[in-house]
Amino acid sequence: MRAPDAILPLRAEGLGFTANGVAILQDVTLALEAGPPTLVIGPNGAGKSVLLRLLHGLLPPSAGRVTWEGPARHPGRHQAMVFQRPVLLRRSVLANCRYPLALAGLPAAEQARRAAEALALVGLAALADRPARRLSGGEQQRLALARAAALRPEVLFLDEPCASLDPTATAAVEAIIATLAGRGCKIVMTTHDLAQARRLAGDIVFLHRGRLQAQASAARFFDHPPSAEAAAFLRGALLW
Amino acid sequence: MNDLQGAFVQAVGLVATADPAVAGIVLLSLRVSLAAVAVAALVGLPLGALLAVARFPGRRAVIVALNALMGLPPVVAGLLIYVLLSRSGPLGSLGLLFTPTAMVIAQALLIAPILAALSRQVLEAMWEEYAEQLRSFGAGPWRAVPTLLWDGRFALLTVLLAGFGRASAEVGAVMIVGGNIEGFTRLMTTAIALETSKGDLPLALALGLVLMAIVLGVNALAQGLRDAAQRSLG
Repeated sequence: MRAPDAILPLRAEGLGFTANGVAILQDVTLALEAGPPTLVIGPNGAGKSVLLRLLHGLLPPSAGRVTWEGPARHPGRHQAMVFQRPVLLRRSVLANCRYPLALAGLPAAEQARRAAEALALVGLAALADRPARRLSGGEQQRLALARAAALRPEVLFLDEPCASLDPTATAAVEAIIATLAGRGCKIVMTTHDLAQARRLAGDIVFLHRGRLQAQASAARFFDHPPSAEAAAFLRGALLW
Repeated sequence: MNDLQGAFVQAVGLVATADPAVAGIVLLSLRVSLAAVAVAALVGLPLGALLAVARFPGRRAVIVALNALMGLPPVVAGLLIYVLLSRSGPLGSLGLLFTPTAMVIAQALLIAPILAALSRQVLEAMWEEYAEQLRSFGAGPWRAVPTLLWDGRFALLTVLLAGFGRASAEVGAVMIVGGNIEGFTRLMTTAIALETSKGDLPLALALGLVLMAIVLGVNALAQGLRDAAQRSLG
């Protein structure tokens, strides 16, 4: 019983990525199902961002492959990504929100409806006419989330969305992420913040030195770290 | 010295009273240079945008060539168009030589590489920032071109102003293909060259004053656009 436009589950097999002769990611095999957020964690340089870009299709894998096993014919249209530093167009808040909807070919009325709804979701409705790039850092990241959410993706990739935000803005972003997850959007997110991973994660993908060390439910991962590296990382003893 | 002072006073008078001879030359100059900017922009801006986003073998060579063409000497541009349009040239049958149209073509040839090279620089920096996000939205390089042109509109306007400044100040190209015919193809720069050699300093100085004012105005406008863009786009 799957919706005809579902793209999940997602399967990655033997995924590798090499840049200038340096292996960033090697032999990653994992599966992602619909459900609560998947948090990708690991020390700096573990390959978290590269993994997200490979799954989203922004980078071509050097080895292995990514397969969307759902029946949808155009998987790219049912996923979105928000980056660590939001990339906002030199336009108004509202125009930013409508841009990908126009690209997707939605009728103007539908664009306006979805954009207004998404801006309300992130609390930016009152700033709709402001130039997007004049917003504060937290507001910019919320706008990036609204823009992605307006696409109603089945899967939303988030690459360290709170890395450069203060605690208040981080809380606001986490609340939005929780709302989206509650609506059935599959969140796949990297973070270097373990406390954040504990707050949000349904399951954990743990990377270390470009290899998949563990994929486990959050409860299991945090209570019974599946490997010595994972235990060391949770203690804060594994820095890269 | 007194002669010079007298010439200067007369020049200011010519400008202040909007002397018909001066006004006619100024208006024709503006028409020719604006038309040249428009024609060059139609070719130069899309070319610059494509070079900013497209990756193909030989791209670097094209960029180097374009940057070199930014320094194309006006007399060479004029000579090229002269050869094309002259009676025995390939386009001689059009009868365009020594017309304002010929001057527009020559100036457009002169500034199209400038517009292309400068817009390539502006848009490539923007593309580096946007590329990943636009690809995430499903927009490849081709779909990105209109997005970049729109988001870069203020920066591109200053590029157009740079092209206009270059066109309105050059003398070599329009002299060769226009022929400096009084009342027909005589522009500010060619009139200044002629009147100076004839010794009619008041007219030359008057046109020089107008030309300086235009160049100053264009630069002030460019600065104002940059400030406005900073305020409204961030």
